[in-house]
Amino acid sequence: MAGTGHSPLEQFRINKIIDISVFGIDISFTNSALFMLLAAILTIGFFTYSIRKSAVIPSKSQLSAEMIYHFLRNMLIENAGKDAMKFFPLAFTLFMFTLSMNLLGMVPYSFTATSHIIITFLLASILFITVVIAAFMKHGLKFLSIFMPSGSPLWLAPLLIIIEFFAYLMRPVSLSIRLAANMTAGHTMLKVIAGFILPLGFIGGWLPLLFLVILTGFEIFVAILQAYIFTMLACVYLSDAVELHH
Amino acid sequence: MELEGLKYIGIGLTALGFLGAALGIGNIFSTAISSIARNPSTESKISKYVFIGAGFAESMGLFALVIALILLFVA
Repeated sequence: MAGTGHSPLEQFRINKIIDISVFGIDISFTNSALFMLLAAILTIGFFTYSIRKSAVIPSKSQLSAEMIYHFLRNMLIENAGKDAMKFFPLAFTLFMFTLSMNLLGMVPYSFTATSHIIITFLLASILFITVVIAAFMKHGLKFLSIFMPSGSPLWLAPLLIIIEFFAYLMRPVSLSIRLAANMTAGHTMLKVIAGFILPLGFIGGWLPLLFLVILTGFEIFVAILQAYIFTMLACVYLSDAVELHH
Repeated sequence: MELEGLKYIGIGLTALGFLGAALGIGNIFSTAISSIARNPSTESKISKYVFIGAGFAESMGLFALVIALILLFVA
């Protein structure tokens, strides 16, 4: 596989589609940008189409759009309380965008935009900065009380605050790495198993093919699940901005 | 033993990180199965939490993969 074949990591390479250079800065339109644009267009198109004739008795697409809306609304309210509805556009956008990008990556010969950590880190950082700014605006300096859980002894305070602070800073990092690593590992494994099929020929090639079919189904499940976990953790972190639990 | 070879031994050793993920997922499913056995009516609720927990535990193993990839391609 090494040597004459293609490396399984070749699928994550960013290729420029249209070369644009402004004042020496390279802002060309890459395949990553194409798939993010496609994810945005598909999401906006689906929701605009499904509510163009909103009726009390919904059509099938309106029903699915409403189901997604209620699902996310329940998740946000369950995790962050009723006041969190002002963050609903953020949570909804995060969910639909990561879901679309993950699922578009499952199409053969396409590019998974969320497999690059810079993209998931951007999404997680936007969420983190939103939470911090909103929490400071709402609670003022009392927000810093989350670093000192109630009921812990005072002499432990210096060590505990440092540990809690770094654990808090780890949140966007772990959130982004979780999504990127799941996507990267899944697609790499698919490519590696697919590379076994042709060399094994007609006699032995059906076994990796069968495994590949099952693994592709599992990867679609992981794509949806990871988008859901990303959004659920986003709702949990948003609950810090809305009400202080500690 | 050259230093170049030792780097690849280190990369191979990061595969041990998956032990933690395997133990975690095994724990989650064993508890889920025994709780469904005690009270079969809660199966749908437990299943929802099982998959969320499995997603988290799987990600911990994939953090080990990230370390391996960093060592392989960056350092």
